[in-house]
Amino acid sequence: MSLLDVRDLSVVFQRRGERPFTAVDQVSFTVEPGQTVGLVGESGCGKSVTSLAVMGLLPKRGNRVTGEVLFEGTDLLKLRPDDLRDRRGRDIGMIFQDPLSSLNPVIPIGVQVAEVLERHRGMDRRKALREARELLDAVGIPDPDRRLTEFPHQISGGMRQRALIAIALACKPRLLIADEPTTALDVTIQAQILTLLKQLVDETGTALIMITHDLGVVAGLCDTVNVLYGGKVVERAARHELFARPRHPYTHGLLNSVPRLDSVRGERLHAIRGSVADNIPWVEGCAFAPRCDNVVDACLDGPPPLEPTASGGDLRCNNPVSEEVAVP
Amino acid sequence: MTDPTTRPGVGKPRTGDTPTDQPAGNPTEDRPAGQAGETPAQRRERSLGRLGDRKRARLDELARATADPGGVSLYRDALRRLRRNPVAIVGAVIVGLFVLVAIFAPLIAPHDPVQRFDELTRDLTVDSIPGATAGHPFGSDPLGRDFLSRMIHGSRQTLFVGVLATLIGLTLGVLLGAIAGAFGGWVDVVLMRLTDVMLALPSLLLAITLVAMASRSSQWTVIFAVAIVSVPIFARLLRGSMLAQRESDHVLAARALGVKERNIVLRHMLPNSLTAVIVQATLTFAVAILDAAALSFLGLGDPDINRAEWGLMLGVDGQRYFEVRPELAYYPALAIIVVALGFTLLGEAMREAIDPKNRR
Repeated sequence: MSLLDVRDLSVVFQRRGERPFTAVDQVSFTVEPGQTVGLVGESGCGKSVTSLAVMGLLPKRGNRVTGEVLFEGTDLLKLRPDDLRDRRGRDIGMIFQDPLSSLNPVIPIGVQVAEVLERHRGMDRRKALREARELLDAVGIPDPDRRLTEFPHQISGGMRQRALIAIALACKPRLLIADEPTTALDVTIQAQILTLLKQLVDETGTALIMITHDLGVVAGLCDTVNVLYGGKVVERAARHELFARPRHPYTHGLLNSVPRLDSVRGERLHAIRGSVADNIPWVEGCAFAPRCDNVVDACLDGPPPLEPTASGGDLRCNNPVSEEVAVP
Repeated sequence: MTDPTTRPGVGKPRTGDTPTDQPAGNPTEDRPAGQAGETPAQRRERSLGRLGDRKRARLDELARATADPGGVSLYRDALRRLRRNPVAIVGAVIVGLFVLVAIFAPLIAPHDPVQRFDELTRDLTVDSIPGATAGHPFGSDPLGRDFLSRMIHGSRQTLFVGVLATLIGLTLGVLLGAIAGAFGGWVDVVLMRLTDVMLALPSLLLAITLVAMASRSSQWTVIFAVAIVSVPIFARLLRGSMLAQRESDHVLAARALGVKERNIVLRHMLPNSLTAVIVQATLTFAVAILDAAALSFLGLGDPDINRAEWGLMLGVDGQRYFEVRPELAYYPALAIIVVALGFTLLGEAMREAIDPKNRR
């Protein structure tokens, strides 16, 4: 049994007097224990909404979530709110994008780490703080005794993200969802945080869902990659497969647009035409069709199905790219 | 981070024989994680060992010199900024003096405020009230009592009314605002329409109505009326920031950790929303003093003529005998203005100090 099995997850935002907007459209993917799965795509493709829906963190009103999110066989979407709350933080941890705003500004770091331990492991404050010190040490925060009493604004961005990781991993969850954990950080700190995540995931055997728009992050970390466009999975492949032979024109375009050290001087960067706004609803055809270089007539006759490929992945395209690109 | 201990190369110049000296980044913070399986403590031991004893000693020395006692909370930080603001100092001095005078009134006042003195009543007529004399620097009030002593004792009454009215208003307002902000939905709608009704009436008019509704006026009706008037302001303020907090990232993060809803409200949303309310409390204090004085001035205050109260002194004695002895109006008016100004200045300075936009 997979650790997490997301089946046909759809999220529709519905506001009174407005057309419903499908943010996530029948997304399915699985996460095996200890595996690192990437969700990749540009802004607005439904990455974050997917993660929030899995955690049950979307607002109660104004949206409709359908499908199944099976965590070790239990459908999280059907759990009572209290039961779901018990699982959040204990079985599934989450790391957010902006480490400063994700920490409570008026509570010392130590107490924030301790809070989750008190909540899920029933520790008293003293014991939880001792454990928190160990956790801060484990994520490489120097001088953890002092950091325990410090407030979020007093420590650096990298340390804040380390503290958030410590909080997320405090109860040794079996699944960790990282929603763009490095976007708000400097490039050097990004590398450190990713190394730390990789190390912790390897050590603890935690499965990781890595949500990112950064292909570099994917290349370094993920076992399997799901590429999302317009709320649907358009391509799924093992990491090496994806980077060596991207089949979907969107993936291909993304990989081609990464600046490369060995490109000819003065050469213009490759770009994907248009913007995310230039899409068509999936019911009418492939959402990527207006921006696609490989577009064929069939692309406007309805959504192409997600079909398994020879190399073990899945692909949603009528006219896939066949050429190989060198791994950037 | 400007902490010298975490800046590279402060200790001594780099030498070639310390290859573990991190080429980029800094020695203690955010070191890239090394091989898996090692604990960070082990890693730190090893790298420090190669730094060399001189460097380690220097680092320890720097660490001692720059050690800070730990966390600086939002409030302590604001206090530090408050101390550097001259406006705050002026406000704090006025408030401090006022509070001291109120507390030690019986010791400071030269006479009993309710005693009528023969030497004053002797010269007392309708169109002549004795002015300053040797024993009575401010002269007499219309009943032959020592005016200075009454002024000093009046501060107690003002402080009492101000503190109680603000506290009651704060408590009720925070309660209503927190409930509205935490529950949202129809609870929020009902409570906020109630506050709308109260805010729609001019505050003094509402206070007068409340006092007039009481069968027998006492100082408690005044306190209560002034408190009620300030409730909607606190409730509105808190509810607004609670709603903002509800959408904030750290509340989402707390939800993602499975923190109970009650704890999210009490430990994450409320403490972050209180800053604005605390500042408003200081400003409300000034308004409460003015409102209470206004009620007394209008004859709706405490009917006890023996109790010294600035608003009453201004309204009854000052107004009636203005042409005979205008000082009877000047002194209480001045006292009310200065004290209200003191609290306003302090409140404004606090607002500035506590505003996160001003943080470094």
